Amino acid sequence: MSREDYEVVIGLEVHAELSTKTKIFCSCPAEFGGEPNTHTCPICMAMPGTLPVLNEKVVEYAVKAGLATNCEISRDSKNDRKNYFYPDLPKSYQISQFDKPLCEHGYVEIEDNEGNLKKVRLLRIHIEEDAGKLNHDDFTGESLVDLNRAGVPLIEMVSEPDLRSAEEVERYLRKLKSILEYIEVSDCKMQEGSLRADVNVSIHKPGEPFGTRTEMKNMNSFRSITRAIEYEIDRQIDVIEDGGKIEQETLRWDDVSGKTFPMRDKEDAQDYRYFPDPDLVAIKLPEEYIENIKNNLPELPESRKQRYLNEYKISEKDAKIITSSKYLSDLFENAVKVCNNPKAVNNWIISDISRILNEMEIEPIEIPFDANQLGKLVILIDNETISSSIGKKVLEELFENPKDPEEIVKEKGWIQISDEGAIKEVVMKILENNPQSVADYKAGKEKALGFLVGQAMKETKGKANPQMLNKMFKENLK
Amino acid sequence: MDITELTVHELQEKLQNKEIKITEITQAYIDRINDKEKDVEAFVTLLTDEATNEAKEIQTKIENGEIKGDLAGIPIGIKDNLCTKGIKTTCSSKMLENFVAPYNATIVEKVNNENMINLGKLNMDEFAMGSSTETSYFKKTKNPWNLNKVPGGSSGGSAAAVAANLVPWALGSDTGGSIRQPASLCGVVGLKPTYGLVSRYGLVAFASSLDQIGPITKDVTDSAILLNLIAGHDKKDTTSVDMPKVDYTKSLKNDVKGLKIAVPKEFFGEGINEEVKKALEKAIEKYKELGAEVHEISLDVAQYALATYYIIACAEASSNLGRFDGIRYGYRTKNYNNLKDLFKNSRSEGFGDEVKRRIILGTYVLSSGYYDAYYKKAQQVRTLVMNKFNETFKDYDVILTPTSPTTAFNIGEKSENPLEMYLADICTVSINIAGVPAISIPCGVDSEGMPIGMQLIGNKFCEETILNAAYTYEQEIKFRENYKPEFRK
Repeated sequence: MSREDYEVVIGLEVHAELSTKTKIFCSCPAEFGGEPNTHTCPICMAMPGTLPVLNEKVVEYAVKAGLATNCEISRDSKNDRKNYFYPDLPKSYQISQFDKPLCEHGYVEIEDNEGNLKKVRLLRIHIEEDAGKLNHDDFTGESLVDLNRAGVPLIEMVSEPDLRSAEEVERYLRKLKSILEYIEVSDCKMQEGSLRADVNVSIHKPGEPFGTRTEMKNMNSFRSITRAIEYEIDRQIDVIEDGGKIEQETLRWDDVSGKTFPMRDKEDAQDYRYFPDPDLVAIKLPEEYIENIKNNLPELPESRKQRYLNEYKISEKDAKIITSSKYLSDLFENAVKVCNNPKAVNNWIISDISRILNEMEIEPIEIPFDANQLGKLVILIDNETISSSIGKKVLEELFENPKDPEEIVKEKGWIQISDEGAIKEVVMKILENNPQSVADYKAGKEKALGFLVGQAMKETKGKANPQMLNKMFKENLK
Repeated sequence: MDITELTVHELQEKLQNKEIKITEITQAYIDRINDKEKDVEAFVTLLTDEATNEAKEIQTKIENGEIKGDLAGIPIGIKDNLCTKGIKTTCSSKMLENFVAPYNATIVEKVNNENMINLGKLNMDEFAMGSSTETSYFKKTKNPWNLNKVPGGSSGGSAAAVAANLVPWALGSDTGGSIRQPASLCGVVGLKPTYGLVSRYGLVAFASSLDQIGPITKDVTDSAILLNLIAGHDKKDTTSVDMPKVDYTKSLKNDVKGLKIAVPKEFFGEGINEEVKKALEKAIEKYKELGAEVHEISLDVAQYALATYYIIACAEASSNLGRFDGIRYGYRTKNYNNLKDLFKNSRSEGFGDEVKRRIILGTYVLSSGYYDAYYKKAQQVRTLVMNKFNETFKDYDVILTPTSPTTAFNIGEKSENPLEMYLADICTVSINIAGVPAISIPCGVDSEGMPIGMQLIGNKFCEETILNAAYTYEQEIKFRENYKPEFRK
């Protein structure tokens, strides 16, 4: 039997760090990085006697996320303690939410493998605090605790097991990521761990009940998530085909070997002893509070896409690509504001910028130049200061060393030659050096003109005005 | 005149009339401590040297008009589970033997802002778990009335220090009776405020939904004065309640005419010592004479309060004390090869038996499969207890009970029998479960000359009512004038 004989069922628990200024229960900065233990205070270090105070922004951000993913918002919610011992967890309990999450029963829409719209249901979204980090020193064998991240606010978004393939998982994650970016509650920087997922995978034969699932923890790149799922599906099929049984267990994905490994001993099965945190009062959200957030929710990708179709008349395919990332989308809109040429900006983003992003393996948010610079690039081409082929060089320069495109063009001496005398000089020189092509053209071979223009461009290092070159060649070949 | 015999309000009067100086007060207490502390052993950390210097500074500042305030220069003792910046906060545990907090508890901050003088950190049951101060890792505090007897607990150091005139007053904490029971056993006044009236920030948590900080004083007036200082909302403690400030000293009217007092028969039944009952009955008669209406009622749910209390308190404690894991501060075992042993051995070696017993009990009642039968059920009973108190306070102003079923028992008498020790809290725990305030005042002595305490319970945030009722009775029996601790050996 093979892969086609099995159905795959995948559910995700996605953790997103919220981009609030301060931590969830104290006023320490929540930003990433910093020297170890500098973003800490007695509260997030769990000094005896300290008490948590819930950051209201965290509730607001989580409610935003809930509303943007079609959740019901709980009017009466609470914080619970999840108890376990680990050196990165200073209180020996994590303040989370157990039976009364802030948001429940939502969904996001993705395309399935056939291109049809599909709802992925969200079971819940709850707020909780992040743990600190252990730094292991292989040389001394010591482990050092850094509590900068302890108390950074998180939302955990738990999906129903509605996903059926690694591709769907990637689409779902990209969708979630783009929603969170649009509503500006998380920067979703996966490489910094601010967006990470626990992936539950099971397989079963069609018509049979769902199989036993395994869980892969803390995955933070699309590539490893996809690879890990593919690997885990194959592994589970192998186990079953060999007459074995899937054990419900937690696995660790190892990117280097490309395999999953069991993470915990079964004898350590955790009992988190959840109970309501007596240090925090219930979270009661008035109707107006929720309404107010709902009314001020930023425009989401779907409606932006529609607007682009109507307002800018770009193709649906392109609109989809651009709106898939808030950053790209903002870049597009703001550049259009500068140059008033949506079609050109669209082309730059869809073709050259996307290509360079792929080559450099970076995310849109890491684009080093801004919308103003992109808009100016388009203007330089539109007003014939540079040719579009020079434009490509300017774009590459913008990725390398971003500054005002006008300055780049000046510095590099890339300004287009539109002086008739100068163009004529080049044209005459090329005609003289290429008698064969001249003869070909006169014999009716239109293609020869292209060759001659190319030679002239080469001669001027791409700076000659192509329309003028064309015109002048034609006149002199009569 | 023996300065240490005076209450704080008497000291204030003498300061105002310039009859005494701050430095003299502090010196008198230091002399007293030097004389009696070896018998009583109330302190874990003494700050007498620092106090001498502070007193001089404050005296000068007062003379120069740089500081004002009724409490400037008044000494105080602080239970050793309230965090004090730069001064050890041990919770009387090996676990925190050398722990120095980097910050002050909100209440300690208030004390400092008034320029009061901290004479030292007072002994307690380890992590406030116990009713005799015998579970302290460091020492056994003695009852000043009879040095062979316990001072009660867990704020035993605070109550004994006040009773022995080692401090004019002290701060304690009360989770199930830890202020009132030792106050009762030491013949002083102890008040547990309404849950939420006083900030818990910086109080090392035992059971977060029950803990409250409160005053232990020589008399009711001092109790009102110290409550004035410590009551009030704190944005660092979201369970503290934001409400208008009250001057509690204004509630002391020496008048109980028309006051409706309920006497629950369950608090006078089996297990309550006859002499305690008699003293309480005398008090009840006195209240009637003074014009109060007294009725017997039934508070039947109170019989479930003790079990409920030990489930909730231990559950919360098992989680609150998880942070003492040997990683960041406190005791760390030398005996470990891996992480699990580091946790296990640090905690096994750092905690005493009673603390371990409660952590184990609390862990058990929160475990999956047992949660519903214990913790959830206990929370349900808690609601019933609250409802019953609410109902009672619709008809009555005050509920009157003994504070402790017996007077002070001998050191070692109950320490081997935890269950019997737990029964020492039988009269006090339901008050914490309900979150209401209660005060314990002395109402006589038994045949051995040991003090008997009366507990007056009020409705939520009705401290004024119980303070007035206590004050009025205090004016009648003049306990402090008639009885004094004798340091019997």
